[in-house]
Amino acid sequence: MPSQNGNGPWSSGGKPPDIQDLLRQGQGWLNQMLPSGGASGFIVVAVLILAALGAWTAYYTVPSDSVAVVQRFGKYLKEVPPGLHFKLPLGADLATIVPVKRQLKQEFGFTTPGATDPYQGPRDGRRDTKRETEMVTGDLNAALVEWVVQYRISDPVKFLFEVREPSETLRYVSESVMREVVGDRTVDEVITIGRQEIETEALTKMQALSTKYAMGISIDQVQLKNINPPKPVQESFNEVNQAQQEKEKLINEARRDYNKVIPLAEGEKDQRIREADGYRLKRINEAEGDVARFSALLAEYTKAPEVTRRRIYIETLQDVMPGIRSKIIVDEQTHGILPLLNLDTQQGILK
Amino acid sequence: MSKSLQIALLVVLGLGTYLAISSIYTVSEVEQMIITQFGKPVGEPVTTAGLKVKVPFIQEVNPIDKRVLEWDGSPSDMPTKDKLYISVDLFARWRITDPLQYFLRLRDERSAQSRLDDILGSETRNAVAKHELIEIIRTTKDRVPLRDALLTDAEKELDMGSLVPIQKGRQLVEQEIFAAAAEKVRVFGIELLDIRFKRINYNESVRPKIYDRMISERRQIAERFLSEGNGEAARIRGNRVRDLNKIQSEAYRQVEEIRGVADAKATEIYATAYNQSPEAVAFYEFTRTMQSYKSIIAENTTLVLSTDSDLFKFLKGMSPDGNGVPAQRSSGN
Repeated sequence: MPSQNGNGPWSSGGKPPDIQDLLRQGQGWLNQMLPSGGASGFIVVAVLILAALGAWTAYYTVPSDSVAVVQRFGKYLKEVPPGLHFKLPLGADLATIVPVKRQLKQEFGFTTPGATDPYQGPRDGRRDTKRETEMVTGDLNAALVEWVVQYRISDPVKFLFEVREPSETLRYVSESVMREVVGDRTVDEVITIGRQEIETEALTKMQALSTKYAMGISIDQVQLKNINPPKPVQESFNEVNQAQQEKEKLINEARRDYNKVIPLAEGEKDQRIREADGYRLKRINEAEGDVARFSALLAEYTKAPEVTRRRIYIETLQDVMPGIRSKIIVDEQTHGILPLLNLDTQQGILK
Repeated sequence: MSKSLQIALLVVLGLGTYLAISSIYTVSEVEQMIITQFGKPVGEPVTTAGLKVKVPFIQEVNPIDKRVLEWDGSPSDMPTKDKLYISVDLFARWRITDPLQYFLRLRDERSAQSRLDDILGSETRNAVAKHELIEIIRTTKDRVPLRDALLTDAEKELDMGSLVPIQKGRQLVEQEIFAAAAEKVRVFGIELLDIRFKRINYNESVRPKIYDRMISERRQIAERFLSEGNGEAARIRGNRVRDLNKIQSEAYRQVEEIRGVADAKATEIYATAYNQSPEAVAFYEFTRTMQSYKSIIAENTTLVLSTDSDLFKFLKGMSPDGNGVPAQRSSGN
């Protein structure tokens, strides 16, 4: 009997037993049991066995996260919701269970251990895992990219009947699209600044392709995991980071020196200006004070100028005189006194 | 019933079942059938699914897949137009559109896959050899890359962080391979749906050189950063000296201006007051002189005074005009 091969990992458990084989086995067994038995007895036993087989293959259960696609003699019949269901026995109906509600994922460049879905991780072990990540960027540099695609089976009929290997095809599509997107970007975009954009664009392109390919799969998310430069180059990428830090450090140190001096100078400037302002106030106030005093004196002076002058003159001399150690008072008529004086210097009288 | 009759009945029953089983067959949704009679196809292929009938024993059914099939090329090394050895891995999707033709020419899928290997392999080689590497790496011709704000200066200078320009792009190269190969596989009853580059990578032998180039590029950027850092620091130090001088000289200027204004104002106040009348001028001169004596004449001053002076004129007599000496000032002579 023709049967579907490779309908994904979720084909119904075991093929229905082949009728011819069963009949042949049954005949042999019966002939042993009833070497000389009657034909009617034989027929009864055969019918009983067939009935038991029929009952055994006439029901199936669909898990709550799945639906079953039922084919009758190979032709698509219906889609069945979760629960216990009955079908025509002995291989006439074939029910394939498809987990439509389960969130499925495919990993590229790494494997989560213990995955039950054989399409989840890279196929051929370590070598393939590494090859999956190696990409060439749009500035002809190399980068290692790891990512995850989250998807669901949205249309079980398409998933089963349109494409032979939908899950494997999805892996191809994903690898192809990721390289296309990375190939349009610089190594800096890929490694640092463009991650978000890459995820978005890869998702859009993968969705477009999976629609075009009619795989019955809907892609929900593309997530980038580790993205690294190739091993031999990683050191030099770190050097750039260090240089970046060093640059910041140099600039910050210069700024520190600047900040140490300039605000202080501003403060000192204000101080000097304020001091000058103080000088201004002092000068003006003093001048006004002096002038007020002078004006007051002048008013009195003009009333009796002669006496006032005299008084001020005498008062001044009275103030001054007591402090002077040597005072010589000479009469106009007295001559020859000069040689008697023991003057300290030749300069004169005032010293 | 005699024993022989029973056996005959059993044989008839067995034969009948066998006849029935060999004259019916099922066709699944995913396949189509070629009916062959002694190995020779007869009639139209059966393309609808369901339970079908055929002539027992002499006719055989040959299932042929109706779904979209995949072809996964194995990675192979080939040179590009710019003499770079790269490893290219393609995948294609195809379907059998003419099952009879397919059945006659290829018979099974394994030979179909190997024909696809040959045809797509050689078309890929042709296309890759005609294009530079970048043409099969990049897709969008006018894409402007994002740039890290921190990297921009350094990279602009080094012409980095920019994409290598392209003429065609990956999709057009894929299209070329597809067009050439689709024509060639049609004779097998196969329709090629599309092909895409799955993996493109530098060949092992090329990689060290690529890595060296990447390392030297990174080093340049690192050096650039250091030099930018030092340059910026020097600029800041220059600013510091400039700003300091500016602040200090401005302070000096403003201080002198204020003091000048103050002195001028004070002078004006004094002048207006002292100059209000001739008497005021004389009085100012007199009082100011008197004031100055107090500071000019110190303890160790020797003062010779005449008895004619206003202060001592009475030493010689009571009457100021008795001596016929007029009241006269001779101060500090």
